[in-house]
Amino acid sequence: MDISLRLQGQVRQAIDKRQTFRIEGNNSKAFLGRPVTGEVLSLREHHGIVSYEPTELVITCHAGTTLKELEQTLAEKRQMLPFEPPHFGEQATLGGTIACGLAGPRRPFSGAARDFVLGCRVLTGKGDIIHFGGEVIKNVAGYDVSRLMTGAFGTLGVLLDVSLKVLPLPEHEATLQKACSAEQALDIMTRLAGQPTPLSGACHDAENLYLRFSGSRQSVEAACKRFEGDEMEHGQRLWQQIREHQHAFFRQQKPLWRLSLAASSAPLTLAGETFLDWGGAQRWLYSDEPASRIRDAVSALGGHATLFRNPGEQSEIFHPLGSLEKQLHLNLKQVFDPFGLLNYGRMYEGL
Amino acid sequence: MKQHRSIRKHNTQALADLFRKFMPASAVLTEKEDLRPFECDGLSAYHSLPLLAVLPETVEQIQQVLAICHENDVPVVARGAGTGLSGGALPNSQGVLLSLAKLNRILELDPVQRIARVEPGVRNLAISEAAAPFKLFYAPDPSSQIACSIGGNVAENSGGVHCLKYGLTVHNVQQIKVLTGKGDMLTLGGSGLDSPGLDLLALMTGSEGMLGIIVEITVRLLPLPEKTEVILAAFEDIAKAGEAVGNIIAAGIIPAGLEMMDNPAIRAAEAFAHAGYPQEAAAILLCELDGDEIDVQQQRQRVEAVLSQSGAGEIRVARDSEEKQLFWKGRKAAFPAVGRLSPDYYCMDGTIPRKRLAEVLTRIGELSDEFGLAVANVFHAGDGNLHPLILYDANIEGELARAEAFGGKVLELCVEAGGTITGEHGVGMEKLDQMCVQFTPLELEYFHAIKHAFDAKELLNPGKVIPTLHRCAEFGAMHVHHGQLPHPELERF
Repeated sequence: MDISLRLQGQVRQAIDKRQTFRIEGNNSKAFLGRPVTGEVLSLREHHGIVSYEPTELVITCHAGTTLKELEQTLAEKRQMLPFEPPHFGEQATLGGTIACGLAGPRRPFSGAARDFVLGCRVLTGKGDIIHFGGEVIKNVAGYDVSRLMTGAFGTLGVLLDVSLKVLPLPEHEATLQKACSAEQALDIMTRLAGQPTPLSGACHDAENLYLRFSGSRQSVEAACKRFEGDEMEHGQRLWQQIREHQHAFFRQQKPLWRLSLAASSAPLTLAGETFLDWGGAQRWLYSDEPASRIRDAVSALGGHATLFRNPGEQSEIFHPLGSLEKQLHLNLKQVFDPFGLLNYGRMYEGL
Repeated sequence: MKQHRSIRKHNTQALADLFRKFMPASAVLTEKEDLRPFECDGLSAYHSLPLLAVLPETVEQIQQVLAICHENDVPVVARGAGTGLSGGALPNSQGVLLSLAKLNRILELDPVQRIARVEPGVRNLAISEAAAPFKLFYAPDPSSQIACSIGGNVAENSGGVHCLKYGLTVHNVQQIKVLTGKGDMLTLGGSGLDSPGLDLLALMTGSEGMLGIIVEITVRLLPLPEKTEVILAAFEDIAKAGEAVGNIIAAGIIPAGLEMMDNPAIRAAEAFAHAGYPQEAAAILLCELDGDEIDVQQQRQRVEAVLSQSGAGEIRVARDSEEKQLFWKGRKAAFPAVGRLSPDYYCMDGTIPRKRLAEVLTRIGELSDEFGLAVANVFHAGDGNLHPLILYDANIEGELARAEAFGGKVLELCVEAGGTITGEHGVGMEKLDQMCVQFTPLELEYFHAIKHAFDAKELLNPGKVIPTLHRCAEFGAMHVHHGQLPHPELERF
């Protein structure tokens, strides 16, 4: 059902009153980001697949479509969302997924959410419905607003419809497990990523290295033979647990940090427990270290840190921006949401 | 007029003097004969001389140039190798042309992190050449890759023949350093796979020099595939060739490259490159598969089966690397080959959903008759990117205008078919009118506002990419957008 005109009416009415909104799909990622006040602008009813052309590798959905429905539809044609998005809830929607810009274990080997966004229809904070990008894979007409919207946490506009590039499901997958230290794991993962292997997942949970291979059956079997390690019986379940933070590692009651940095960086000397994913480029850290110490350590390596889940008191979530970059963020907020109605402050103060 | 010229002359000298304070005299060009090489990019139909051209050698010099231009309200147009095909680097007659050609060093190549950090004037192919000893490569390969520079690639979000599998430039850039119109430095991206805040890296990629000047680029390198195969298939019916492409993808195969040529393009390429193409075919498909040995072998068998089920007459698999190169040589030489058929050709760059290919090509054929100009079609079939080459003779009065009008129609046809006016060449100066067809006035207003957010004085490459609403109103007087006239609020003339 397309309720975009109703949503547009809500935003237009709110402009005079300066009524702010908290954009919501099914609330599965409410934990992520700074707190937002305001009336709920619900996309729940704005759901459904608008078009799907398997041979064009393109699907367009209303933002309230659940990932579950979307992925089922793709799976029927043996296709998938290549960025393997985490759901973080049974009813997670596509809109929330794209707004948060999250990606799962396949990310370093296939691409991020923004890499597969081809176009979107957006309701801005001025009450305008505008359309950028399209339903074709190659498109450089005008600025790439669709990718700008990806990972913007709804601060620049309400995602109404999203067009995505999809890819065929791999014919076969297998996962190897090998006991080793974090240092050894980083070494192996970095080396493997530089070789032409069908690698599609590489992580380390403090005790074991896990490698996933995807491709034709023979090619995956050959890769498994080439590398040390034991083939796991339920490999796919492991990757799903990692993606969804249901793996045993993710059960601690401390602040959970997401560190994004060069995959080959040596293990950090921060107190706490670390889970290496994305071949080392995404590291999950449970730590009570002060935020500034964690951020400084990652900044020094050209990376950034996000306070992903925080059971404690309120604090900044995303890595601070440089002053020029922050100004450009605020300028863009002025372009798309000059009255500060949409998810105001979700990413940074004023954004 | 005379007075105007003398003011201009005066300003030029004053500006040149300011630049010569921190750059050698040879890096600041003001004489007409010195400026001539910069008057156009790869789209030579559009040309204009800048006030002056500067060829800085360091980022600091560029910063100073920008600060001076900002202070004095002088427009700046950045230029790499000048191979662009949409007039994006066309000089501004009242502005400075900023050549980045001298910043041509590879600053760092790290085979462990698999990145190359380079200056904007480094040639695209030079990166892959430098990475080759480590068995790595830089994936986006526009057909101008021998000459085009990486800074221009980022500004245009360049594609190439391997986009379907490896993505465009935006998918392969990790970090850039950008200067604002004032000359302030901004680093976008980082050492990891993402960065905090809004994705300004993606916004900057493909922004055609309108939002900032890119002065350093860190690209991701990929492992060279173990094995490649190239398959050539001939079809008697172009629609069947189009269906074959869909069938390959439906079979779950993503080829590294999937190219189509129509009969005029085949004949031209064959005469030029002697690639052994079947000259009677209505269309040929070139399909490149890459990956590990086993995968490629399996995929090859499946592609061959799909092609023959889809009605391919002749299917040839290149026997060795020589024949592979020969198959590609014809395709890669298609543009110059077509150039031999005609004194001039005009290369278009629309994208369409592949399923509409047959009807779009039929319509292009009809337009070709209407305009009285021949056309050859080269098609990145895997991702729907169509390059019709319109043949004309600039020396015959009116032919260039006819070719442009024909080209404009082709792009509008792409929009009607659910596609876009540019897949990889950019809007530049060339497709401003068609932007009015692709976007509503409201959407264009947002584009203008984005430009303003980065470049409040609107000095960076002004007048390109985003048409003014006035221009669209004039153009729209002849056109209808989505069944509605644009700007109903504006008076019609």
